[in-house]
Parts: sequence; structure tokens; C-alpha cells
Amino acid sequence: MSGAKGLTRQQMADRVAREFQDGWIVNLGVGIPTMCSNTDIGGRDITYHSENGVIGYGGIAPEGQEDMNLVNAGGQNVTLKPGAAVVHHADSFGVIRGGRIDATVMGAYQVSMTGDFANWKLKGQKGGGIGGAMDLAACAKRVFIILEHVTRDGLPRLVTECDLPVTARAVVTLAMTNYGLFEPTGSGFRLREIAPGLTVAEIRARTGGTLVVADGLNEIATT
Amino acid sequence: MQTNKLRGSFQDAVADIPDGSTIAFGGFAMPGTPFNLIRALLRQGAKRLTLVANTTGGARQPRMPDIGMLVENGQVAKVICAFTAATRPTDVLPFTKHYEAGDVAAELVPQGTLAERLRAAGAGIPAFYTPTGVGTELAEGRETRMINGREYLLEYALPLDYAFIRARTADAAGNLRYHRSQRNFNPVMATAARITIAEIDEPVLPPGGIDPDDVHTPGIYVHRLVQVPPEPDGLWPARRQEKRR
Repeated sequence: MSGAKGLTRQQMADRVAREFQDGWIVNLGVGIPTMCSNTDIGGRDITYHSENGVIGYGGIAPEGQEDMNLVNAGGQNVTLKPGAAVVHHADSFGVIRGGRIDATVMGAYQVSMTGDFANWKLKGQKGGGIGGAMDLAACAKRVFIILEHVTRDGLPRLVTECDLPVTARAVVTLAMTNYGLFEPTGSGFRLREIAPGLTVAEIRARTGGTLVVADGLNEIATT
Repeated sequence: MQTNKLRGSFQDAVADIPDGSTIAFGGFAMPGTPFNLIRALLRQGAKRLTLVANTTGGARQPRMPDIGMLVENGQVAKVICAFTAATRPTDVLPFTKHYEAGDVAAELVPQGTLAERLRAAGAGIPAFYTPTGVGTELAEGRETRMINGREYLLEYALPLDYAFIRARTADAAGNLRYHRSQRNFNPVMATAARITIAEIDEPVLPPGGIDPDDVHTPGIYVHRLVQVPPEPDGLWPARRQEKRR
């Protein structure tokens, strides 16, 4: 084992942001996903949607220049891009359920090889934190998950079947971990790109189901 | 048009709220949260309340008046919300401890479903079908229906006795405008409530002070207005202090 930790949180967000295509409407969830709005996406025109009704926000506001009445899904003060719009909550989720979101990026505890994921409730927990995750998971065109590859105890988070209560079934298109970029295949995961310093063998040992490696596996470019 | 909606104090605006009421609080994170009205309700002391809000309060400082405090004050029977716990397992909400101890009941609702149940209540729609939550624990034992080959979950409207909301601008007729993400749940809560009480950032304008084309919430939905005084008497959204990780 190399013992490499792989990508940082911002590097994971940056790699996911590179998936966004010109003209997409993208929803960013709490945590690492909100870091995608800080990524330089070159000339691509991406509209970031936040569940609280902000359509077209940009990066985190510089200190001292915050508008205290403007936040993203994580409650951070953000900026607006020219052309932004604000709607109320029911209309914001109308945007989501109406199928306008090209991709949603969320954190999770587990992703299964069939594309289920779990991110609202821990084992044995009473209640939980659903937020907008179930609406987004059920209705966005693509669901991108960013998560650490293993738990604090070293157990895989990419699993054959979620043993936590699921948020939605068969919806995950991409799972980005600190070890690499994966796609659920139904019988395992396909490793599309690998993080610098990691080996396929150590990823295989820490991933549920069959690991399929992409032809001509590329290393994830980091800046 | 009724223009005597302006009240002199938050205490006055909430004084008649009876025990057992269903009250919604607007707000998403700090913006649009009626902190001053929530603080007045803590002092007013109504009990056995059912409270509706996105969250029960934040895990971060500074702590503002929230549902957790009303629970600690023994005023709450039930909460309907999208979070009974924080999204980060390491953040422990004050509310969560009381919920786990069984001091208060909770109904956990996906955020978009919560917004739509309020919208439906205000729009005369008793129930609706949504794809959200299908295949999850939340759908167990509930009514679903296949429509055009897809499964949907039946959800019911959520009518309110009172809505506490916050807006940037109001005129004396009760017409409201919100600033940026202050809007969030506030417009749909106003339409779902029998009585809506709004705390307003700016001095209330004479009727017509907001152009009719620019009104976000029409005054017919707004019954009481209170202007938020400057700090320290009034509570205003503050910069969030990031918790050290």
C-alpha cells in the first residue's frame, strides 16, 4: 500500500466541475460540492442553482463584501453573476422537479454499484437531515456524488448495497472520491480516472463489487 | 384597503397566539428568518405548538432564536421540517438532543415537498403526487400511484394558523418585497397561513410605496407588520462563523 491519501476536497470539486458542459444548469449541495463554484471553468457558461431559489450565483463573496441576505445551500455568502435571478422555494423546487437541472452534485455516506446512494441518515439514527437531497436525486438529469473513498474505520463507501437508508435508487451517474472518478456499473464500479499516487490494486481492495478499469486509465490532472 | 397593519412591537404582534397553534417560520440559513418574532414568541410563552420550518436551528455561532430554544422552553409539541439533525454528523443541533430524548415529536419532510405542501395549502390544492422520496424509507406504508409509467408519492397540503416571515420592504397595505435569498419559503408560508406576521428591515412605506409590478407577496396575505429596529435591539442576519474542523 502506498498510503497515499489522494485528492484534496478542492481537487475533487475541481475534477467534478470539469464534467460540467457549456450551457448546463447545475445544483451544488452542502459541503465539498459548493466548492465547485470556486473552480475556474474557463469559457463554459454554467448556471449554478441553489435550492433556496438563487439561480446564477458565482463564487464565495470576499470578506467584507458579503450580502448577509444572499447565501448558497450551505449558508455561505455568495456573489451573483450578471443575469442571475431569485425565486421562492416552491418555484426553486419546481425548477428541480420540472427537470431543468442538468446535474446535481451532493455529498454522501455511501454509493452502491447499482447507483443507489445514502446521505440523510446514519445507522440507528432517529430522524436525519434530508434537505433538498431527495428532490434533487429523484429529478436531476445527472447525479454526481463527492465522497471520501473510505470511512474513518477504513471501510469502503463504494459498496455492493447501501446498508444505510437510501436517498434515491439507481440515480448516481458519477462518484468522485479522493482515490478517483468512478461510475456505478450494476455489478461494481468502473474506474474512469485515478488520483495521483494511488494504485489500482489498493483501490480494488477498498471498493465494493467488481472494479473495472477504463482502457488507457488516465491520472487526474491537478493544479 | 386595510392599512392599519403596522404594530408597535414584536410582543404586541404575537400577543394573541393561543396554545396549540401551528406556526411556520420562514428563512433558509440566516436570510429571511424572523428572528425577532421567534424571540417574541419565546417571551410570549404559548405552548403545545406545532412548528414548521426548513431547519430547527443552526449548529453554528452566533446562535439566534430558533426552534431548539422554543423546545428548551417547553413550548413545542411537534416540528415539521427537512432536518432534525445536521448534515454533518459532527454538528450536533440543540434540537436533536431533545428529539432523541423524546421531548418533542417531528415529521421529517423533503425540502421541496415541504415547500410544495405549503404552496398547495395556499392555492386550494388538498394533495399532490411527487416523485420525491419514492423507494425510500419515507414512502413505506404510504399511498403511491403509477402515472405515465413512473411511481409517485401522495403528499398532503400543509395549512398554517400563523406564518412568521421577514422581508426587506413593505408598504402599509402589507405588500412585501424580499432582498436576494431572503425570499425562500416566506411567500408560500404567507399564502398558507390564516394570519401572517412580517418583520420588515426598512421603514414601512405608505400604501403604493412599492410599485404593483414589483410586489413579491401581495398585502392580502399579510396581516401584521413590525419594523426591525437597529442593533442591538433588533436581530439581524450576521456573518456565519465557520466551525473549526
